[in-house]
Amino acid sequence: MIVRDQPLELQGLQWLGDPGPEHEIVLSTRVRLARNLQGFPFAERAGPDDKRRILDRTIETLESSIVLGEADLWTLDGLDPIDRTVLLERHHVSRELLGADEDGPPASAAYVLGRESGVGVMVNEEDHLRLQTLKSGLQLDSAWRDVEALDEELGSLLPFAFHHEFGFLTSCPTNVGTGLRASVLIHLAGLVLTKEIQRVLEGISQVGLTYRGLFGEGSEVVGNFFQVSNQTTLGKSEEDLVEHLSRIVSQVIQYEQRARGVLLREAPAVLEDKVWRAYGILRHARSLSLEELMNLLSGLRLGLTLKLLNTPRVETLNRVMIFGQTAHLQRAAGRTLDEADADVYRASFVREMLATDEPSARSG
Amino acid sequence: MRCDDCQEREAQLNLTSIEDGEMCTLNLCQECADARGLGMSVPEKAPLADFLAHMASDESSEESESAEEPCPYCGTTHSDFRRSGRLGCAQCYGRFEGQLRPLLRRLHGASQHVGKLYQGDTTEAGDRFARLASMRVRLQRAVDVEDFESAATLRDLIHELELEGAE
Repeated sequence: MIVRDQPLELQGLQWLGDPGPEHEIVLSTRVRLARNLQGFPFAERAGPDDKRRILDRTIETLESSIVLGEADLWTLDGLDPIDRTVLLERHHVSRELLGADEDGPPASAAYVLGRESGVGVMVNEEDHLRLQTLKSGLQLDSAWRDVEALDEELGSLLPFAFHHEFGFLTSCPTNVGTGLRASVLIHLAGLVLTKEIQRVLEGISQVGLTYRGLFGEGSEVVGNFFQVSNQTTLGKSEEDLVEHLSRIVSQVIQYEQRARGVLLREAPAVLEDKVWRAYGILRHARSLSLEELMNLLSGLRLGLTLKLLNTPRVETLNRVMIFGQTAHLQRAAGRTLDEADADVYRASFVREMLATDEPSARSG
Repeated sequence: MRCDDCQEREAQLNLTSIEDGEMCTLNLCQECADARGLGMSVPEKAPLADFLAHMASDESSEESESAEEPCPYCGTTHSDFRRSGRLGCAQCYGRFEGQLRPLLRRLHGASQHVGKLYQGDTTEAGDRFARLASMRVRLQRAVDVEDFESAATLRDLIHELELEGAE
C-alpha cells in the first residue's frame, strides 16, 4: 500500500539507530539500480505526458509490491523546497530529482520509500526508475539483495528496456548493462593525516572504482568522508561488481586502521589534542558552518573509534551529521534561515546533542 | 580565512598533518592545494560529453554522415548524443550501436552485458542470448571438472548458436 504526501518525519532513517558493521570506518552503504520502461523515451526526450504515464504506471505496480511493503510517496513538486532538500540531505533523492533552482523538479518526479523495507524508488530522474537502498556501516551484500529482490519483482510486472548485448538500457551509457552503482561512504581521517590518502585514492581509481564527496557526483570531499563506488557497469555481473568493491573497501579499511595505529604510536599527544579541540569547539561554539561541522565531526569520530574519548556515541555523531544540515535545521526552526542564522542555529543544535552524551577522557 | 599560500583567495581546504610529532595546519584555496598536489577536488560533472566530443574527431567523415540519420523513434541524432552524453530512448542503442560499441569498450572495457538477464526479454535475440549465456556457464563448469566430452559438445552448440546470431 502506498500513502501519498505524508508529512516528512523520520522515514528512511532507521539506519541511524544502529551504526552497523565496520562502523569505526564505514558510515553507510548504498546500492542503486537504473531501469527504464520500454515504450517511453528516456528522460532527455520524454514530455510531461510521458513522465506522468511513467509515474502512474510505476505507482500502480508498486502498490502491489510485496518487497516494497507499506510505502510513502512524495511528488517532488508537491513538497515545499525545504522538505525537498531534507530528502537530498538524507541521501534519499539526487540533485537531479530536485531539479535546478530556477526550474524546480522535473515533471512527475517522485520518490517512493518502503517504510519497513527501507528500499526506495526515484521516478523520472535521469532514468525512469532508480531502485535504491541505504544501510548503515558496510553491508554491500545485504543492500544488493534487497534492491535485487525489488528489481526481480518489478521486472516481472513492468516491461524494462533491455538489449541482448548491452543489457539494461539507461539514458547515459556510463550506467548501461547492470545499471548498478554500489557505493560505500568511508571515513579516512587516518590516511589524510598520514598523507597517504592520495596514493590510496590513485589505487582505487586504477582498479575500476571511483571516489566522490559526500553528495555524489561533482561534490567536494568534506570531513575526510569519501564515497567509493564502482566506475563501470557493463561486462561484469552484479555479484562480481559488488564483490570487487567489497574486497577493495576491506583493503582500504585495513590501510586506514594501519594509519590510525601509526598516528596513535607516533603522535599520541597531537592526536589527542586534535580530538579534544574538535570536541571543545563543537561543545561550545556559537556559530558553525556545515563544512566546519563536518571537519570537526571527523576529528571526533576518529577520537571515538581510537577510544581517546568514550562518548558521544557513533549514533549521536551520525544523527548530528544528518540533522545538522541546513534544510534539517530550517525544518526544526520552522522557517528559512540565511547562512549566518543557520550557522548559529547549527551550533546551538550541536551543543544540545553533545550535552546529552557527555564524554570522559580515557585517562580521566 | 585567506589562503596561506597565495594570501589572496579565500581558503577552502583546511589540512592538518603531523610531521615529526608536530601538528601543522594549512589553510589553502583549491588552486594552491592542487598546486601542492593536495587538492582532492572531484572532477566536474559531464566528463562524458568531453570524452564524446574527443572521440568524434576519431571518426571518419563517411561514418559521421551516416551517424547523422536520427533515431527513427525519438529523433535523437548522434550529434545530440555527443552534446548531451544522453541517449533519447531504448531504440537509440540499436540505431547507434556501431558508434556505441567502441565507446562502451572504452568506458567499461566491454560491450557485452554478462549480468542479470531480463526475464521479460522475449525477443528472438534475447532468447538466443539467454541460451548462449546458460551454455557458456555449463561449458565453464564442464571444463572445471575436466568433463571434456561435454565441453566439446557445448562448444560446438555455442558456435552454432553464435553463427545463427551473426546471420
